[in-house]
Amino acid sequence: MSEWLFRRLIQAMFVMLAMTMIVFVAVNVIGNPVDILVPPDADQVERQRIIVALGLDQPLWAQYVQFLKGALHGDVGVSYVYNEPALRVILQRLPATMELAVCAVIMAVIFGIPLGLYAGLKPDGFASRLIMTGSILGFSLPTFWVGLVLIMVFAVQLGWLPSGGRGETAPLFGVQLSFLTRDGLAHLLLPAINLSLFKISLVLRLTRAGVMEVLPLDYIKFARAKGLSEARVIGVHVLKNIMIPVVTVIGLEFGSVIAFSVVTETIFSWPGMGKLIIDSINVLDRPIIVAYLMLIVVLFVTINLIVDIVYTLLDPRVRVGGQEA
Amino acid sequence: MSAPASSFPHRPATQETPARRAARIFFKSNLAVFGFALLCFIVAVTLLAPFIAPQNPYDLLQLDIMNSRLEPGSVSLDGKTFWLGTDDQGRDILSGIMYGLRISLGVGVSSALFAAAVGGSLGLIAAYVGGRTETVIMRAVDLQLSFPAILVAMMILAFLGKGVMNVVLALIIVEWAAYARTARGAALVERRKEYIEAAEALALPRWRLLFVHLLPNCLPPLIVIATVQIARAIALEATLSFLGLGVPVTEPSLGLLVANGYQYMLSGKFWISLYPGIALLIAIVAINLVGDRLRDVLNPRSSR
Repeated sequence: MSEWLFRRLIQAMFVMLAMTMIVFVAVNVIGNPVDILVPPDADQVERQRIIVALGLDQPLWAQYVQFLKGALHGDVGVSYVYNEPALRVILQRLPATMELAVCAVIMAVIFGIPLGLYAGLKPDGFASRLIMTGSILGFSLPTFWVGLVLIMVFAVQLGWLPSGGRGETAPLFGVQLSFLTRDGLAHLLLPAINLSLFKISLVLRLTRAGVMEVLPLDYIKFARAKGLSEARVIGVHVLKNIMIPVVTVIGLEFGSVIAFSVVTETIFSWPGMGKLIIDSINVLDRPIIVAYLMLIVVLFVTINLIVDIVYTLLDPRVRVGGQEA
Repeated sequence: MSAPASSFPHRPATQETPARRAARIFFKSNLAVFGFALLCFIVAVTLLAPFIAPQNPYDLLQLDIMNSRLEPGSVSLDGKTFWLGTDDQGRDILSGIMYGLRISLGVGVSSALFAAAVGGSLGLIAAYVGGRTETVIMRAVDLQLSFPAILVAMMILAFLGKGVMNVVLALIIVEWAAYARTARGAALVERRKEYIEAAEALALPRWRLLFVHLLPNCLPPLIVIATVQIARAIALEATLSFLGLGVPVTEPSLGLLVANGYQYMLSGKFWISLYPGIALLIAIVAINLVGDRLRDVLNPRSSR
């Protein structure tokens, strides 16, 4: 196990190194690095000074080493717009995005698992068919359009919920969070529904498939023959055994929730990382883009690593050698 | 399996080709027929847009600012009816959708085809050559698939800038991996079969082996993946354009049309965003219906 973990860690480090190289190439070879790193309103003298100060007159490999050193220290430049270190600007927005993403995942679990369970237990019922058709829609509907329709119905036509922003926040362990206040909760509801719709469909289908696979097995028949209550058979015997794939997928999907929060945050003007990156791309605030990219790479490599580890712990059939079955 | 007489009935006099047989099974499902008809209709509208659209939204002579933001069903000053309303520049939404479909479908289909060519070839090469080549290609696939497509495409466009070609390029970069994985999976099974051995024994050149002998037998799963990927590409392009990273304003796809109406929606003018979105949805659902059925028909594991 420890040898496997060690190998996996080294692999993760190589992936990160490769990504820094790609980012470096993207910034320095595709675009002109001077245009990217020097503020557009600088004059010639200022420009020359910055070129030397940033080491852009040095050979490319030396620049890469410099870039890597900076990235390791969390220093990827100063935002043109906010005039603060780019990484700090992004980290300030991180709690808002995380709150939204965690809410979406929680909703996916509390709606997806019971609905999937029901659809799996009564596959031919009318309600089950309705659930399954709904899940197809959940897969096909583009996130941004669902968001617009939600705003149109609940914010504009009915006027029940606010259409954007984060509302009032309250601190918890020094982090400002929306769900602690009534106003914040109202602001959180629509974006969270929007973001979770796809995940609800996914969890629902996984759960249903798992239930239908497990139900005809002998140990379920045996549990029933023992005279256990239906609630115990379903709640303990069935649910426990379908949890492994569901947990793994939820973990893996957390990354994609963060990715799609870019869309949701833009529609609902949610002040998180996603909205920041779109705004930054539109005004060409490159340090923010690079910082966001590096943060995302670290985040994803970490998520994949954790999921891999959890997977080996949950399912001993996954061989430690990592060979394909 | 081992009962030859019963499991192999006499072939009809005219032998059915695999493609015909697939088509016959395909049209047994009503839902698939519906999806296919819908898709044909959409493609027809796309191709014929300049002839059947009530208005050319890019011909400024046909636009009148007095007609801007009219409700669905309103009649313009010169007596034309705007069935789905008009946008902020007085363009007919219905015509905008017809022209927007051209760009959405064009981007989706062309990126999927290019990605299939690139990814499919790499997958075949990985499976056939094996060794270090395979490791390198498949590691790249794993790396690509571990990041969500939308993030990768967004970042590529952040560096390349807007443009139809840039969107196509970004979509190819995020899509090739799915084809490579599928092609490799299919080719790994096929390459152990006798006809490949026979072709090898004839000392045919490698490219011929790969693309004339191996490729046609790996096509079915690739076709299934391609339909799904076209739908995904269209949705992704729409999302990117909605975010303002995709196509430029001069060539609006459906996603950009939705984005244009976004600001007016808060004042209750819903039609500018709603109808292009519905058109997008119909296109995606039609492709997915066809793709779902193709998966059932072409998948050797499913019962026939």
